[in-house]
Formats: sequence, C-alpha cells, structure tokens
Amino acid sequence: MTPEQALMAVETVTAVIDGAEITVPKGTLIIRAAEQLGIAIPRFCDHPLLAPVGACRQCLVDVEINGRAFPKPQASCTMPVENGMVVNTQLTSPVAAKAQEGIMEFLLINHPLDCPICDKGGECPLQNQAMSAGRPESRFEGEKRTFEKPINISSQVLLDRERCVLCARCTRFSEEIAGDPFITLNERGALQQVGIYENKPFESYYSGNTVQICPVGALTGASYRFRARPFDLVSVNSACEHCASGCDLRTDIRRNKTLRRLAGDDAEVNQEWNCDKGRWAFKYLTTRERVKTPLVRGADGELHEASWPEAIAAAAAGLKSKRVGVLAGGRLTYEDAYGYAKFARVALGTNDIDFRARPHSDEERDFLAAVALDLNTTYLDIDSADRVVLLSFEPEEESPIVFLRIYHQVRKRELAVITDAPIRSRGSKKLKAHLVNSASEIAGLTANSVIIVGERAAEEAGALSTAVELARSTGAKLAWIPRRAGERGALAAGAIGNLLPGGRPVSDSAARVDLQSAWGVASLPESPGRSTSEILSALKDESLDAVLIGGVDPMDISVDALNQLLNTFVVSLEISHTSVTAIADVVLPVAGVVEKTGSYMDWRGTARHFEKGVEDADLRSDVRILSILADALSTPINLPTVTATVREIESLGQWDGARPTFTKRSAGLIESSEFTLLSWRFLLDLGSLQLGEDNLAGTAKKARAHISSSAAAALGVTESDSVVISSELGSIELPVSICEIADNLIWVPRNSEGSQVIPSLGFTRGSVKVAKK
Amino acid sequence: MPLLLANPHSLIEGIIIGSYAIRANHSFIYLRGEVVHIYRRVMKAIEEAYAAGLLGKNILGSGFDLELTLHAGAGAYICGEETALLDSLEGFRGQPRLRPPFPAIAGLYAMPTVVNNVESIASVPAIISNGVEWFQSMGTEKSKGFTLYSLSGHVTNPGQFEAPLGITLREILELAGGVRAGHQLKFWTPGGSSTPMFTAEHLDVPLDYEGVSAAGSMLGTKALQIFDETTCVVRAVLRWVEFYKHESCGKCTPCREGTWWLVQILKELEAGKGTEADLEKLLDLCDNIAGRSFCAFADGAVAPIISSLKYFRAEYILHQSNGGCPFDPVASTLFVTAGA
Repeated sequence: MTPEQALMAVETVTAVIDGAEITVPKGTLIIRAAEQLGIAIPRFCDHPLLAPVGACRQCLVDVEINGRAFPKPQASCTMPVENGMVVNTQLTSPVAAKAQEGIMEFLLINHPLDCPICDKGGECPLQNQAMSAGRPESRFEGEKRTFEKPINISSQVLLDRERCVLCARCTRFSEEIAGDPFITLNERGALQQVGIYENKPFESYYSGNTVQICPVGALTGASYRFRARPFDLVSVNSACEHCASGCDLRTDIRRNKTLRRLAGDDAEVNQEWNCDKGRWAFKYLTTRERVKTPLVRGADGELHEASWPEAIAAAAAGLKSKRVGVLAGGRLTYEDAYGYAKFARVALGTNDIDFRARPHSDEERDFLAAVALDLNTTYLDIDSADRVVLLSFEPEEESPIVFLRIYHQVRKRELAVITDAPIRSRGSKKLKAHLVNSASEIAGLTANSVIIVGERAAEEAGALSTAVELARSTGAKLAWIPRRAGERGALAAGAIGNLLPGGRPVSDSAARVDLQSAWGVASLPESPGRSTSEILSALKDESLDAVLIGGVDPMDISVDALNQLLNTFVVSLEISHTSVTAIADVVLPVAGVVEKTGSYMDWRGTARHFEKGVEDADLRSDVRILSILADALSTPINLPTVTATVREIESLGQWDGARPTFTKRSAGLIESSEFTLLSWRFLLDLGSLQLGEDNLAGTAKKARAHISSSAAAALGVTESDSVVISSELGSIELPVSICEIADNLIWVPRNSEGSQVIPSLGFTRGSVKVAKK
Repeated sequence: MPLLLANPHSLIEGIIIGSYAIRANHSFIYLRGEVVHIYRRVMKAIEEAYAAGLLGKNILGSGFDLELTLHAGAGAYICGEETALLDSLEGFRGQPRLRPPFPAIAGLYAMPTVVNNVESIASVPAIISNGVEWFQSMGTEKSKGFTLYSLSGHVTNPGQFEAPLGITLREILELAGGVRAGHQLKFWTPGGSSTPMFTAEHLDVPLDYEGVSAAGSMLGTKALQIFDETTCVVRAVLRWVEFYKHESCGKCTPCREGTWWLVQILKELEAGKGTEADLEKLLDLCDNIAGRSFCAFADGAVAPIISSLKYFRAEYILHQSNGGCPFDPVASTLFVTAGA
C-alpha cells in the first residue's frame, strides 16, 4: 500500500473552521486541523506528542455540530473534529476571542515580570501569545503569588515556580514519554507547583526535554542559564555524536562558542526528543585538555609544539615504508572513517585497520562483513513489531532514543519485550521486559518481530551467531546497534580489516579491482587485515612498526593496550590530551563535531549530516589532515575536504556483489566460578565526551554491585555494606545492591565513578572473587 | 450526614440493590475524611451487613457477590466531582479527568463505573418497598418524589428535612421554626453556595428542579443556607469565594488564577476601597471564568458574586460610600446576645 493509498483507507471527517472546509483523518483534534489551515490557536498545555489534557484553557473556540452550538467555548486541544462541525476560532468568533484574552490575562496575573532576565525571553510562547492573544494592559492590581526562585530539581534542571503556568507538559512528558515520573504537581489551587519527591532529584536521562518544551521560563538548564538571549544565537543543524540513535539536533552558538543544544524534529527517529547526554555533553571540546597545536616529540623525549609542516613531515618520516596499523576509533564521522580506510590501503598499503576500540571478536568481524551491512531495520519496524528482543543490549543506557521508541509502544499497546540481560535494569522494568537466561528460551517470534543485538555480543562467544540464527529461523528483523555514533559509518566506510569502502570484501578480487580503478591505484593489499587486538599485539612483538590512532582510549580496549603502544611510533589524531597523546611521537589536533561538517551514520545505516558552526582556522577534519599526510608520503588519497569525500563516497557506491558468508560459532563454555562479573556502561559515566559538564555528571547513576539475595546472605552483606570485587589485576569496592540476578553473577557499571572495570579488573566480563569489605 | 448517622443501612441496602441491578461486584462509599464519627458509624453498619450475609460472597444464596469498601478522602471539596472522586479513590490528587471517556465507559481503574449521590442511592429501598407509584405520588409533575433539604444559618431549628420536591422555603421555614427570632430573611441559597442566591422575594418558589431553574438558580444539593438582615452580603460572598479559592484544584487557569484574583478584589470592596469600576471588572472576570474552566467548580465560584450583584448592588456601593463595611459582624453571629 502506498502512503497515498494508506491515507485513502483512513476514515476521514469534514468540518468547517473559520469558514474554510477541511477534511482530516477521524480523531484529529480541532487545534491540529486548524494548524493545517494555517490558523494558530494559542495554547500552552497542548503538545502534539503528549496526550491531551485541556488544562490551560487557552485554546477555547466556539463549536457547533450540525447546527447545534455548544453553550460555552470548547477546548480545541481535546475535542476531535466531527462531520458537520463548524468551528469559529478567535479570528471569527468574538466569544472565543474574549475567552482567550481572559485566559491570557489570568495566566499573567501571577507571572513575574522578569522577562528581561529570563532565559526564555525572546523565544517564549507565553510572551509571543500574550502579544497575539492578550490585552495590551493588565487590569490586575493585586498581589502576585511568590515563591523562592529558582530551586534545583536536579543538578542540571532549575525550577522557577513563579514563572510556571502549570500546563503539566513537563510532568506529562516525564510520565508518558520517558517513563520517569520523578516530577509531579503538588499542592492545589494557585499554590499548585511542580515538585520532586523528597530527596529524590529529577534524575531522568531525558530531563532536558522538559526544559525545551516548557512554554515559559519555569524550567531552565543550569548550564545555559543567563548565558545568552535567543536572538544572539546562531543556530546550525546538527547530529549527535554520542550514540548510534541518530538524533537530529540544533546547536546554538554565540561568539563562536556552543552554548546549548536542542533536540531537532525527525518524526522517524527522535521525534522531538533527545537524551541529556546529547543535549548537555558538549563542553569536552572546550576543556583545558584541548589540543589545538601539532606536537612533535623532540630529541629530549618531550612533546614540543610544532608547525603543521613540521608535524606532517615528522609523521610522514615515521610512517614512510613502515608496517603500520590503523586504529580508527568508533567516534569518527563517516567521512573521516572513509579517510582512514583509504589512507590505510593507499598510503600505508595495509588492511590493518579496525574501528573497534572496545572488546571485540573475529565472530563479530565476520558478522559485520557478512550480515550487518544488509540489515535494514528501522524505528518504524519497532513501531509495528509484535515482539522486540534485546540481546546484549540495554537500550536506555546504550541508545536512549531506541529506548523511547520501544517504551512508547509498550505504553501504547503493551509491546512484548524480551531481554537476555542478567539483571532487571530500571529500563527493563519500564519496558516490562521478560528476562531470559539464554536466547534458547525465546519463543513466539514471527516475521513481525525485531531482534536487536548490541555491540556487547562480541564479548560472548556464539552470541552473534545465536542472534543471526534466531532471525533466520523465525524471519524476524535483525538490527545491530553499536553504542558509539561512528561505528556503523566506519563499517560502511571500510575501516575494518576484512571490508573495503562500500561493503567491498577484501577477499573478493573483483571488489578490489573495482576499487582500484575508482581510486586510480595499481593494487590494493589482498590479505585481510588485523583486528584491533591483533594490531596491538603485532606492535608489541614488533611485527608492526608504527600505528596511526584516531580518537581511541586504550582503556576501552584492554588494560594492556597502552603498554603495547609504548615502544612503537605513534601518530595520534586527537581533540584533547589523552593517555595516547602523552606517549605519541606526533600529535595532530583535529576538529570536533561543530568545528567541521560531516555526518554520523546511525544504526539504521542512514547518514545524519551536521553543519559547521564554530570557526577555528587551527582545526581541520581528520580526513583533511590524512589527505595532507598522504601527499607528504607521496601516495595521495585526494580527499582535501569533507565535501570532496562525500562526493567520492557517493560516486563509489555500494558493492552489489556477494557478501562473505557468515560461519556460525558455537557458544563458549560457561566458566564455573564462584562469581562471574558482567557489566555495561551507564549512559552518564566517566566517558571522555562528557568531560567538563559537572551539572550533567551530577545526575549520573551511582555505581553499586548487584548481587542476589542468597549471594548476599552467603557473603554476609546487606545493602548498607560494601563488597570488594577482585581479579588477578586488582579490585574495586562498591556498595551492595540486592536484586534479581543469578547467584553466581555480579553486575557492576563498566565505567562509572568507583567502578572502572577494565583498568581495575582487566576485563569487562569474567571470573572474580567477591568478599565483604 | 444526619442520614448516615441515623440510618446508614438505607444507603447500604440501596447500594446492594443498585449493584445487583447493574451487575457490579464491588462498590465504594467515598466519604470526607474529616467526619470520623460518621466514618465509624458507616463502617460499623457495613460490618453488620457482612455479618448478616448481606454483603460478601453468594449473598443470601443468590449467587451474587458484592464487596463494599468505605473510603475516607483527605478533605477536598473537588472530590465531589465524579471524576476527581475517582482519581482520589485511586490514590491520586483529586483533579477532574478529561471526558470522554466517561466513567460509565472507563471509570475507576479504567473499569465501567456508575457514580451516584448517596441521597439517591439511599432512597432506593423505600422505592423498592413502597413502589414507584408511591414515590411518584409525591413531588411535582416533573420532579417527582421526596428529597432532603438541609437548612442551616439563621434558622431557629436547623437540620435536614425530608420533604416532597416542590415544597417552598416558606413551608420549610415553618417546619424549622422560622428565621432566627426577631430577624427577617435577607438572602438564601437554594442549593448550596455554588448556586445563585435568592432573596425574600423567592420564599414561594417551588423547590423542585424546574421551579428553581425558572427563578434563575439551581436546586443543586438542596443546602438551604439562610441569612438574615444582620448579614453583610459582601462579606458572605467574600467568605464563599475564599472557600472556592482554597478548594480550587489548580488544574485549569481560569479557576486557579481567577479565584486568586476575585478574592483580592472582594477584600478591597469589603474594606470600602473599591470603586464602581471594580464592580464592572468583577463581573467581567466572572464572565471570563464561568463556562471557561475544566469542570463546573468555577461556575459555582462565581455564582454568589453574580447573583449578589444582581440583588444587592447597592450594598456593594454602600461599602464604598461608607468607607468600609456598614455591618456589625458580631450581630450576625449565632452567639450574639439577644437584642444586640
């Protein structure tokens, strides 16, 4: 059925609004139908993505149905259009106009006149509608209601109760969309106010949306407060660099500095929402650790600032005619990843490139080349799914907009969600997820089901094979959702050892020839490249001589990774000083997300473009720098700009030949130990892209060690105790949380304050000893 | 309240019959939490009904099951509004719900629910015992049967009077011993403070639905509040509106903000600081509140203002020319010594 036919199949109704006839699908609210005619009825509580409430009464209109008029004006945000309805808005009905003017006057009597210092001033629906639908002068001569202002309802959201018009958009969003009813309306009458529960701050991952949809300046963000007037800001369309959900964003810049980010509108992805990390974590680009000048290690063994020509020459000298590996982290843009992929093949003559800066496996590499590129599951498949299966994937922590989408369906139609998570996380509770111990327990999948497998599946032998088999045997749609924003694009760009750009298999000579002619090179390396861990071991045993690293934290891979880089030539492309730049021989500073143009490919495989908003002549995109470096190596890759790269990727197109076949792996043996540690990352943690934003960090979940009640009894601990979790490498100490989990499992967050498992324990899952502190 | 104290079983019996009629297996009585003595008495009566096998499983071998729950609210006037009552019963703050869906489709816990007045349900046993014709032999042509009139204020013998619909205040006052000795009727409410007030000229209005409506008010709760000539109408209206401001749930703008504003204007007027322009503003605000709010609460809040200005505008103006209230508030109290 085409979209046009689908619309034909929908039952419609026809009504007249302000003299104009309009036909809309049955169930359309009057206020929405009026919008289609270009008639703006003023409103506060109404929001198209929230259930109607009819609280503010600002949208009153006159209504009659088949000649029978309602005796009083009706709220157009709660009444659906019906056949034979005649609606007269403020434009044609003096009664509606007076009603709206009266409501506006009431809303303003208790509203403070602090517009000149209010963040919302200039983009405020109350200001705007007071001008369009209000009286020129107030008749109120009495006392305004006052409250202490503002109060923190979390470390990042401030509440000014005097400004609040009690539209309940924030509380409804929190309950209906985020499933976090941590704020609520308290008290009654004119003293009614938004509030939090005692000692329970508004620590929702989605709290920033309430600031955005607040129609007045009652909710403001601590980080943006008093920083700018809306009319001082320059806005650019943006994409989010934090995860693979693919949110459309708007970045607001003042004096060449990012001041805030807002969720953009994309009905097929983030609708009008985003998560707090995407909204508030952008100060990592302006910390003191930022690198803006190239650095070259001198004869004295120290890094010294250098000119670009010096640094490029030093890098070229170190890489020339060497056996080089490329570690292109998972946070690169699609275009930059393509630059690394082409640079490795053309300038370095190697397939030793991998974007996976995290635990990974050969099974995963085969899965990515054989299966992942052909997956075409979308958010719309989740909307219509009969079941959603989550394998090694915790949506609220690892892809928050995917979570919102699933949650919406769970609320709307009790969509069944099945997860193989070892603990029932808060997200799983909200999704009313059914927990299974292994994929073999999953039943009832159909071609209408969606199976989502996360990047952590690579940590468990056979997990990806199981997911592929489950999808194949049931016909269910499969999706692979990595955590980082750049992984899907890096895969498509060929930043991995077994794939060339556009999904061309390295092992396929026709694919190589295709690319050779496109790139105008005589030959391309034939043998499949090493993986991240293989590159690191090759550097250690000197079967590789040098490494080019783009945005990788070695501690995300393994505790040994940094050591493996110590005695080799390291060229680091970085935005800030890290453990890698500290040991690098050449450091080349690169531009961050709004300092260049580019795109991130979301989990669906759709490139999400972002624009440049901050001008800094010192900063270039990775691909530009790689192109200069390739010239210096006399092996040009001809990618002088991001735009040129986009054109080249487009002209190259996708490989239409056969994919490599995926060989199933069997499940690994389950180690029998007293305790096996499992982990995943919280959305808000010690991640390097969250640096510099303390207000956001203040709402991060606190780390606790999750064990079963019988394990706690055996250890002699309660929730007021702490446990020490130790491996051969070291230990971490965490307070206990008792929950539903297998007796021999212990779950901790992977990279939170007090719980950094790779540096402390040496792995992300494995056998540990647990004892009472 | 006297009904529930004197004969709670009439209510329980009505609930059992009504529930049987609509095939409901769980009924609730929602009672204001402040009236603890009544809560105890009704609870005792429910226990007695269970002990007698009139509630619970398989009542009297009929195969019909009925549970009856007595719920004490936390003291909010708005919880008399049927959907706010349902919210409160579910444990939420009492605020009216958006309709549709109506309670009969999705009410308590989203189940089909019938919400009725205690008085209506309590009249069921008598109608069942004596028959429809008996019930219809009382009352007026369109408002048939009997009802409870609650008399309060400046009356010799206040209390509840069961009477056929259509009785007049003059007749009820005779039953109640008349207005406070030595005084005359000034104004009164036919159905509680949320219904437009009447004056002595309405003593012969038949107190049935049509009669009161024709005279410009509503029969409402039949709470007849009687005020004699010692009462300042501005002061009485201020008290009422203060009550509505205090009880407004806050959900919708006109009620929440409007009552906040009305009280401030009325205070000024009572203190003699108002002007005639303020009276026009007051009426205009009432026009912006009535019929604009989420539920009927705000209509009730403005009813005493509009009706008092209709009958006693001169008294409002007297406050202004007098530079304050011309009445002695002590004179209107019930504890005032004779002759004061």
